[in-house]
Amino acid sequence: MSIVRLKIDGKEITSEKNTTILQAATNAGIKIPTLCYHERLNPIGSCRLCVVEIAGYDEPVTACNTPVLEGIEVVTNSDSLYRMRQESLKLLLVHHPLDCPICDKAGECTLQDLVFEYGIQIENYKAPEKPVEAVYATPLIKYWPDRCVMCLRCVTACREIKAAHALDVAKTGGTANLVFHPDRCVSCGECMQLCPVGALTENVSRMKSRSFIVNKVPTTCTYCGCGCQMELHVLNNQVVNVTGKNDIGVNHGSLCVKGRFGYEFIASDQRLTKPLVKRNGKFEEAGWDEALNLVAKRFSQIKNENGPDAIGGFASARCTNEDNFIFQKFMRAVIGTNNVDHCARL
Amino acid sequence: MKDVLKSKVILITGTNTTANHPIIANYIHEAVMKNGAKLIVVDPRRIKLVDICHLWLRPKVGTNVAWLNGLMNVIINENLQDQEYINQRTTGYEELKKTVSKYSPDHVADITGIPAKDLVAAARLYATEKPGSILYAMGITQHTSGVNNVKCIASLAMLCGNVGIEGGGVNPLRGQNNVQGSCDMGGLPNVFTGYQAVTDGTVRDKFAKAWKVSALPEKVGLTVTEMTALDGPIKALYIMGENPMLSEADIHHVAKKLSSLDFLVVQDLFLTETAKLADVVLPSACFAEKDGTFTNTERKVLRVRKALDAKGESIEDHQIISAISKKMGYEMDYPNSSSVMDEINRLTPSYGGITYDRIEKEGGLAWPCPTLDHPGTPILHIQRFTRGEGVFFPIEYQPSAELPDAEYPFVLTTGRVHAHYHTGTMTRKGNALNQICPEALAEINVEDAKALKVVDGEYVNIVSRRGSIRIKALVSEITDHGVVFVPFHFYESAVNNLTNCALDPVSKIPELKICAVKIVKAA
Ligand code: SF4
Ligand code: SF4
Ligand code: SF4
Ligand code: FES
Repeated sequence: MSIVRLKIDGKEITSEKNTTILQAATNAGIKIPTLCYHERLNPIGSCRLCVVEIAGYDEPVTACNTPVLEGIEVVTNSDSLYRMRQESLKLLLVHHPLDCPICDKAGECTLQDLVFEYGIQIENYKAPEKPVEAVYATPLIKYWPDRCVMCLRCVTACREIKAAHALDVAKTGGTANLVFHPDRCVSCGECMQLCPVGALTENVSRMKSRSFIVNKVPTTCTYCGCGCQMELHVLNNQVVNVTGKNDIGVNHGSLCVKGRFGYEFIASDQRLTKPLVKRNGKFEEAGWDEALNLVAKRFSQIKNENGPDAIGGFASARCTNEDNFIFQKFMRAVIGTNNVDHCARL
Repeated sequence: MKDVLKSKVILITGTNTTANHPIIANYIHEAVMKNGAKLIVVDPRRIKLVDICHLWLRPKVGTNVAWLNGLMNVIINENLQDQEYINQRTTGYEELKKTVSKYSPDHVADITGIPAKDLVAAARLYATEKPGSILYAMGITQHTSGVNNVKCIASLAMLCGNVGIEGGGVNPLRGQNNVQGSCDMGGLPNVFTGYQAVTDGTVRDKFAKAWKVSALPEKVGLTVTEMTALDGPIKALYIMGENPMLSEADIHHVAKKLSSLDFLVVQDLFLTETAKLADVVLPSACFAEKDGTFTNTERKVLRVRKALDAKGESIEDHQIISAISKKMGYEMDYPNSSSVMDEINRLTPSYGGITYDRIEKEGGLAWPCPTLDHPGTPILHIQRFTRGEGVFFPIEYQPSAELPDAEYPFVLTTGRVHAHYHTGTMTRKGNALNQICPEALAEINVEDAKALKVVDGEYVNIVSRRGSIRIKALVSEITDHGVVFVPFHFYESAVNNLTNCALDPVSKIPELKICAVKIVKAA
């Protein structure tokens, strides 16, 4: 691996040859504003917020897709760069309704943050009568075309990470639009997870929340053996949203349709809420004490009459390690049998 | 899982990864689309990954040993094996060579339907690009020949020196979230935690002492399938969070057995088909309502955290068990789940250093991780070196237990669909996932559908020697001629009414993947 020397904002740094100016700057702790860039995707280069100047070049370049070169001197901040970024943002805002008050993304929106940071005042902006919602590739996601900044993260993610190709760009008369192929979409929500603004929002929870009032609890998905790391967004003892979490190197922030949208069962009114005891072929609600007394009595009886090996237990691939540990301990130490197995040896 | 990003060639078989392990599929996409790895898919179904693969082999269902031997035959004939690795690290090579010499590409083509030239191309690709990894799942294990299939896969990897290296290896993909963990925790009839054998006296003494009992049972216990055997000795069952009424092969006899028990306790979130047969049903808390750990398919122990108060009066599974235990005169006192983990650490060498504190600070830890200062072991097969030599097992192909005949001309195979999970107990309770995939669909090949005069969306009856189900047909190119695929998440058309419970003689996994059926258009 060959090493390249360069200067960024006067600071001498070294970087591996095949990195971009943005990566080199990030590694050196220098922040360059970005909107379309995402570390997991190949650079898209659509937003031009990451412009930087290189000494001796006529035009600024985009840092996210320009590779480092030996000896270059890069400037990430100047009056003219500042103005260019302001202009880029203003251009986006011409089409973008400032409906932050009703947007799911408010509070964790890259555009909102950038507009705030660059102190942009909107002079001639007219709010649309009613926010437009468009049909999207999956019924589980809403698309708000007015809010879309055409960064193309969603299109790129769908292609590079999901290989689903359910999103595309079509250019009609100078304006680019997203096109959807619902038949190819697997409803994974990767596009939504990576959308930097509120143009893609989840369409499952009836209760809406703001990112700054929910309690986000990091946990592990309950569905499959991938063990994806996720955050449950909790409001009033209800899960109102689920997002992928990118810290342990398991799932890199991705989730699938089950992990991301399959949380309704938690609050289902079909959940059992009380122990049930069958009398004359019918279930009746019972108190914990009553139900557990019955279980303990019958297990003891059968163990005495038929021996411990007449009792068997199914542990569960759906329960935690701790639950399973206690379960087999109970079967072995208390009942006295090794008849313990689970359905999913598969 | 991210290891495949380092592979140059990936062979996947018996796993519809896109549906069952979407995140691993993501990494495969990335490996292929961004890093240019070569992908070989061996699957009777035209699974989604076929879209981006370099080679797709379509064997007849149940012929895994034959094509695996065929690949090894070609590799050895063309002298593409890693001889140095074989000489230094393995035994049994000569026997393997003798057995696979019978599986010439033409012979294999007769058995599997894979054209000889494709088999040769796949063998060359796998043997010449290095490192190469193999991923497999239930399509491999759910056969009477399941254990043999797995041994063949291991041989193939060893033959090319693809063991214990980054981007190489053999990776079984586990189905449900915590299958790995429930096995690790001793949810098996023959072992305590960390696969410590119940037949080993020293192990039993260690556990007996820790648990303050005079002795622990030494006889290996019964498997799920044996416990649900009609003529078996079981009189009472305690079922925690499982729904064998949908997941087990041949549910008729499971239903009969469960109804004939003296006593059945089911502990679950919902009144499942299994719970309905119980004498007592105990409501348990779900993953969002408790603290604990899951162990994922790469043996990484990950935290589950309590985000909500439990629904109604439901409580955590381990607390319910402790309460029953107390009433039976055995004290179990765990103030929280981390105190349970403390006991697991003490009794389980491979989990010795995996504490909540460390997971909090360092993220998930992969076992073996014996001590507090051990970093964990992300790539397990390095162990093969420490344990000694890898052994080649020569395996002969044997046809599946039940093959199609004149009366039952179709092969039925089962599996999952993308939006649902196992028996659907959880995924089918909300609108979101049902909207995407509202009902079971039987995938039937276009040509077969024509012959049966069935069009897409029409109902058919699928009949086996054991039962019949009514189900909507999805006519497509996904399945091969003569093959019908039915997912098992749906109780209205529980496919396990049909399947065969012939068992693999070693693993006791039922042959869920293949049985013979006939299809008739429903009235
Ligand atoms: S949900 Fe997934 S598959 Fe569908 S468009 Fe978004 S990224 Fe693509
Ligand atoms: S929907 Fe979001 S991610 Fe996609 S182009 Fe628009 S702003 Fe970017
Ligand atoms: S989000 Fe999907 S892929 Fe990830 S663990 Fe959950 S079910 Fe598996
Ligand atoms: S971040 Fe570089 S162009 Fe958008």
